[in-house]
Order: sequence, then C-alpha cells, then structure tokens
Amino acid sequence: MTVTSNHYLRRSKNLLMNALSVACAVLVISPLGLILFYLVRQGVTALNWDFFTHLPAPVGQTGGGMGNAITGTLKLLALASVVGVPVGILGGAYLSEYGGDRINDWIRFWADVLNGVPSIVWGMVAYALAVVPFKTFSAYSGGLALGFIMIPLVLRTTEEVLVLVPRSYREAALALGLPQWKMIARIVLPTALKGIITGVLLAMGRVAGETAPLLFTAFGNSHWSHSLAEPIAALPLQIFAYAISPYDDWHRQAWAGALVLILLVFALSAGVRLLAGERKKP
Amino acid sequence: MSAQEPIATSRPPVPPATKSPPAAGSSSARAEGAAPEITFDIRDLSVFYGASQALQNVTLQVLTHQVTAIIGPSGCGKSTFIRTLNRMHELTPGARHTGSIRLLGEDLYGPGIDPTIVRRQVGMVFQKSNPFPTLSIAENVLVGLRLNGVRDKALLRERLEESLRMAALWDEVKDILGRPGIGLSGGQQQRLCIARALAVRPEVLLMDEPCSALDPLATAKIEELINSLRASYTVIIVTHNMQQAARVSDRTAFFYLGKLVEYDETRTIFMNPANPQTEAYVSGRFG
Repeated sequence: MTVTSNHYLRRSKNLLMNALSVACAVLVISPLGLILFYLVRQGVTALNWDFFTHLPAPVGQTGGGMGNAITGTLKLLALASVVGVPVGILGGAYLSEYGGDRINDWIRFWADVLNGVPSIVWGMVAYALAVVPFKTFSAYSGGLALGFIMIPLVLRTTEEVLVLVPRSYREAALALGLPQWKMIARIVLPTALKGIITGVLLAMGRVAGETAPLLFTAFGNSHWSHSLAEPIAALPLQIFAYAISPYDDWHRQAWAGALVLILLVFALSAGVRLLAGERKKP
Repeated sequence: MSAQEPIATSRPPVPPATKSPPAAGSSSARAEGAAPEITFDIRDLSVFYGASQALQNVTLQVLTHQVTAIIGPSGCGKSTFIRTLNRMHELTPGARHTGSIRLLGEDLYGPGIDPTIVRRQVGMVFQKSNPFPTLSIAENVLVGLRLNGVRDKALLRERLEESLRMAALWDEVKDILGRPGIGLSGGQQQRLCIARALAVRPEVLLMDEPCSALDPLATAKIEELINSLRASYTVIIVTHNMQQAARVSDRTAFFYLGKLVEYDETRTIFMNPANPQTEAYVSGRFG
C-alpha cells in the first residue's frame, strides 16, 4: 500500500510547510504589532493638545510640544511633492507613452538605481544644490532632498498604472483628431488618476519618516519658522534630538512624536487602501 | 420608422466648412466622368508591418454618400485597409505603406498634412465600444470638440443634441446626459461612440466591425442608423457578417490574403460576382 503511505507523507509535508509559512507570516507581522503597542504605551501619556500646538519647552521646564515639527513635516512633504510629483508623473508618462524600448530600459534601470541610493546621499545633493549657494539651511533644501527621493517612486508607479489604461481609449482619442499630448493629458492621465494618486501617497509616506536627508538641509528649528528659506523643524529630526537627550520628559515627547509620525504614515497608507479599493469596484 | 425623419433633417444642408477644396482635386484625379463624386481615391496601396506585407496593390474608389462594405476572412487586411484611411495604422510600430490615397482630391499622406487634421475629417468607430470612463455621456460626445478648442456653449449644446439624434440615442439619454458613459448598455455605448465621432463633423465615418460585440437587436439599431447616415456621410464599414454587408451597403469590396479580389455594387457581389473566389466566400464555402 505504497499509495497510502505516500499520501500520508505528502500530507504531513504539506502540514509542515503550511505551519512554517504561517510562522514566518506571524514573524513578519509581530514586530509591527509590538512596535505599535510599545509606541502607544510610551507615547500616549505625552500626547495632549499642547503637543500639537506648542513649541518645545526649554530645558528644565516640563510640557511644551512639537507643533513646529508637525507643521514642519507637513510643509516639507508639500515641498517634496512640488519637486517629486510633476517630474515623476511626466517621467512615467514618457516611459509609458513615448519612449522606445531601449531608452525605457535605461530609464527604468537608472530609476531603480536612484531608488536604492542611500537617503543621506540625497541630503548631500540637496546640500550642495540649495544650502551652499544660499548659505543657509532651509525648508526648501529639505523639501528638495525629499523630492529627489520621491521622483523614482512616483515615476515607476505612474508608468505601471498608465500601461494599464486600455489601448482602445488612446485610439479613440487619436481617432477624434486629438494630438498625442492632449490625448495623454486629458484622457489617459485622468483615467489612471486614482492609481497615480495612490503612488504619490505611497511615496509621501515613504519620505515622511526620512531623517538623514534632513540633517543638513532642513536642519531643525526649535521655534516656528517664518519663511521657507529658514531652517525648519521636522518630526524625525525632533524625535532624534529628543531621544538622544538625557531628559526623561524629552524621552516621553520623543515617543509621542514617533507615535504621531507613524500615525501620519498610517493615514497616508489608509488613503492608499481607500483609493485602491474604490478602484476595483466599478 | 419615424425616428429617421429628424435624424436626416437635423444636419444643416450645408456641409461643415472643411478646408479641402473638393472641386480642384476631384476633377484632376478622375477622368471617369460626371458620375458620383469620389471621396477616397486609393491607388496601388500596399502596407507592410516590418517584413510582412498586409496589403498588396489595392486600387479602389470610395464614392461619396455611399456605404461601402469591406468583407473578407480574418487576416485579409480589412482592418489594415481602413486604418490607412485615417492614418491610424501609423500608430503601429514598423508600419509603412506605398501607393497613394487621396481624400476629396487631397493627398492624405502629402508633405505637411497633419494626421490629427486627417482624423477630424475621417472619424472612426471601433469594434469594441470605448466611451471614456471618466466622462459623462454629454462629455463623451463633446470631447473631440472641447479638446480641439471649441468653447462656444450654444454651439456645444446644439452639437450634443444633433450628434445624439443622428446616432439615434437622444431619446434614450436626454434625461441622463450627466451620467457616466460607461453606465450604458453595450449597444447604447456603441451608438454613443458613433455620436462622439459624428460630433466633430467628419466627411467620412470608418466603422471597424461595429456590431461584432452586440446582440441582434442592438445590431439592427446600428444598421438602421448606418442607413440614415448615408444621407450626410460617406460610410466605410468592415464586417465579418456578410448578411450585414448585403443589408447596409451600396458597394462591397472583397479582400482576400491582402489583395482586393473584387469591388462592385453590393448586389453584383452577392448575386453575380465575377470572381470565383468571391462567389465561394459569399456563398459560405470558405472564410
């Protein structure tokens, strides 16, 4: 009865592999759960209205908040989008609509290489381009550094969703006598809009937590910054500064800052899921 | 069908002011005489995709305000043929052609002829209906005008109703013009696409198997519509369905293996074809 024994052997192998993959899945997810749990436990005590609206308190005083860092991160994200979104979308449109096979292979290859460049290198690039010439750290330079990181991300997702737009829509638009650029701008891009927004949100989530590129560009600021040409606070920078400080109160605030940052990234991801889910419906 | 009356009369008596000078071209092109005007004069047309030849030395004249059917088995070059008539085949990488095509006397591929202008004169309806998914019914109809810079609200409103009436869709959608075009049924979507093509007022309407994805009732509606379009447009329809060709067309061209086998009045092609291949095909013995 070799058939039966084989059957049992197969079944037990199957069970074993099944258990192994479940264990690995749990292993992957559990750190996320642990981090969230720990962050909430450590950070929630320092979270209050002041945390969102007040400046950091001077050393020795308790209280204060990270209002400047939260708005700073939002401003930096906006600046980064100004750099990364148009270049990424137009580049993705080029890849999907215009480029030939050879040049596309090169562009994709370089985009992937850029995607792998350590983020601190982007900080140095932005430092050389926007800090040295103007002789000041600024929100602009920080936004530039984050924008550079967004470009390859937005580029590749835009290309992927544009390729999914059926050829028949392009043909219909061209058959109406529309020039190619108008066909792309008014028919193809709007059809893929949700996918593009998804890609942009993902890229924003990715750069929201970047610290290294901001170290010598946005630089950080313990006050409100009044202009984008001044150094500006950012959540990751503030967390870093507070976490390495010797004060307990600052440690608590660093936890709270980390919690807020991760919630921000979560909100961006949730937006992505919402859009992606909606896309499947019709 | 009373619906045909307003359809036929809704188009202004004067054709739209397109820039082609028909008189100068057609007189020089043909010596055949005063018979019907020629819309397309195609001479010795061959089309290649890379190394393979899709059409061989096709010569034929498409007559104005007639319905011309293109029939033949799959892969015989029917679609390639009509795609050369609005320069859509150029979108296929590696496509090239020899020979000449004149539209109302003007060389379609002449130097300085912009394909986008050609495509405004020669509209096209595709096999699968393809209304733009982000646009409403009204926006779909008007998209060709709007994106080509027409801003005049009154004109747009007028064209919207006219085009939908010509496409025999107005009565069904007049109260839901703001709804998405892709919410309509398959047959309605295809008529919406016809309305969209008509809204830019082309001289010619190319139809690439417009009914192959539709049920018999929707097909009948489209055929009726083609019949009424004849009054104002030159229609060229590619079809797999020989009965359809027999029902809707004035003249029929039979293509086989990239060659034009026979081109004549539809009645002749179906009742008394000159070529034995044509006879075999129309009597259903191959294809």
